[in-house]
Amino acid sequence: MSKEEKPGWKRLPMAAIITEPGSSMQYKTGDWRAFKPVIDLEKCTNCLICWIYCPEPAIVQTETKVRVDYDFCKGCGICAEECPVKAITMVEEGTQ
Amino acid sequence: MKKVIGLTGDEAVAYAAKQCDVDVVAAYPITPQTIMVEKFSEYVADGEVETEFVCVESEHSAMSACVGASLTGARVLTATASQGLALMHEIMYIASSLRCPIVMGVANRALSAPINIHGDHSDMMGSRDCGWIQVYVENSQEAYDSVIQAFKIAEDPEVLLPITVNLDGFIISHCMEGVEVLEDDAVRRFLPKRKVDLKIDPEKPLTIGPYCLPDFYFEFKRQQEEAMKAVLNKVKKVGKEFGRLAGRTYDVLHAYGIEDAEAAVICLGSTAGTARVIAEKMRKEGKKVGVMKVWLYRPFPAEEFKKVTKHLKAIAVLDRACSFGAPVGPLCSDVRAVLYESENRPKIFNVIYGLGGRDITPTDIEGIFNQALKTAETGIVKEPVTFVGVRE
Repeated sequence: MSKEEKPGWKRLPMAAIITEPGSSMQYKTGDWRAFKPVIDLEKCTNCLICWIYCPEPAIVQTETKVRVDYDFCKGCGICAEECPVKAITMVEEGTQ
Repeated sequence: MKKVIGLTGDEAVAYAAKQCDVDVVAAYPITPQTIMVEKFSEYVADGEVETEFVCVESEHSAMSACVGASLTGARVLTATASQGLALMHEIMYIASSLRCPIVMGVANRALSAPINIHGDHSDMMGSRDCGWIQVYVENSQEAYDSVIQAFKIAEDPEVLLPITVNLDGFIISHCMEGVEVLEDDAVRRFLPKRKVDLKIDPEKPLTIGPYCLPDFYFEFKRQQEEAMKAVLNKVKKVGKEFGRLAGRTYDVLHAYGIEDAEAAVICLGSTAGTARVIAEKMRKEGKKVGVMKVWLYRPFPAEEFKKVTKHLKAIAVLDRACSFGAPVGPLCSDVRAVLYESENRPKIFNVIYGLGGRDITPTDIEGIFNQALKTAETGIVKEPVTFVGVRE
């Protein structure tokens, strides 16, 4: 997750009006996270239950299995809770 | 040829709005504001205006419809009073935050309970901090003049804030006076069609009113405060331009006899007229008194106020509203805050008066002036807050 500097009131558009559609992609929410999901790809069966349940969605399909988009994952832990093979562990930020 | 017609304060608001080529009016009737929209609906029915008149089921809906309309780039007017203003309160913050230059006539009225339909400033003071520009008029002529200026101030691209034109319920709203009106063409030239950069447009989609978290919200509030600061100069500019057109120049404050006065009364609205008559009489008797009417109440013209009043020895601030539990009434609170840093600041006392339409008589005002003169002489404020006209 990049730590970009946020603009001040002089640079922001008036009244929080957003003129470019799809701008939520620019608003990264990864720094909300206290615990991050770590996927054990050995255990992962690529069933995509996590992909379905992730409310963000921050589970991204790869050519082989899945990965977490840490720019947007808020660390809610639903993926870890729902994973049928317990391949996802929630690890406290900064400990690993 | 000057054209003078008989209009009540409410009718003056409607007449001005008719000439301002308003695109949308959404309003709900409430005494003593009713005639503003009643009269305007007649103009709509008679085909005198091309306004979209939205009949709504409440003031909450009225203000919501106004916000939507304003965001499409329309020129928008509404009007209310008292409980209606209170019901609009929530959306009034949204109107100012989304920078909708809506003009609203407010026929100031007491708030329940007990229920009362008569004039005081409790309604607007209750929504004082909602981010709207606020103007208090003294008579029907000022009501007319202020509405025309209000659109020009509010719609200025550097301002884009909503504005209330406040007129004392019944005292102004229902009092018929000779009002000098401008020609329709002159108003159109003074106030051309609204120009808008950002508006709701299917061809150019926008997101208006997104969710803002602690990391962004504060910045937008800071922007609003900056816009408020820009208002002061715009008001002065528009007031002068209006003066060239109508022969009646407006300024943020209106001072009478202040320059050489020792004691002054500071007030809002119609009371200023009565106070001026008394001051005139007392000055003829050699008493050094003056009157300061605050026409633009928000943003408060702090620097100018300080400059004009710094030589005074005593000031009586009249509040037609009670801020329950506060040290003083709302206007007095501003006056004290503004003058606090001044060297040799005047002695200030507060008079709460006229709640629920209770008359303030010339005798009451003369008494207040005498109290102020005594304070100027002794340098002692006997009672910081007094209630004038209430039975013990």
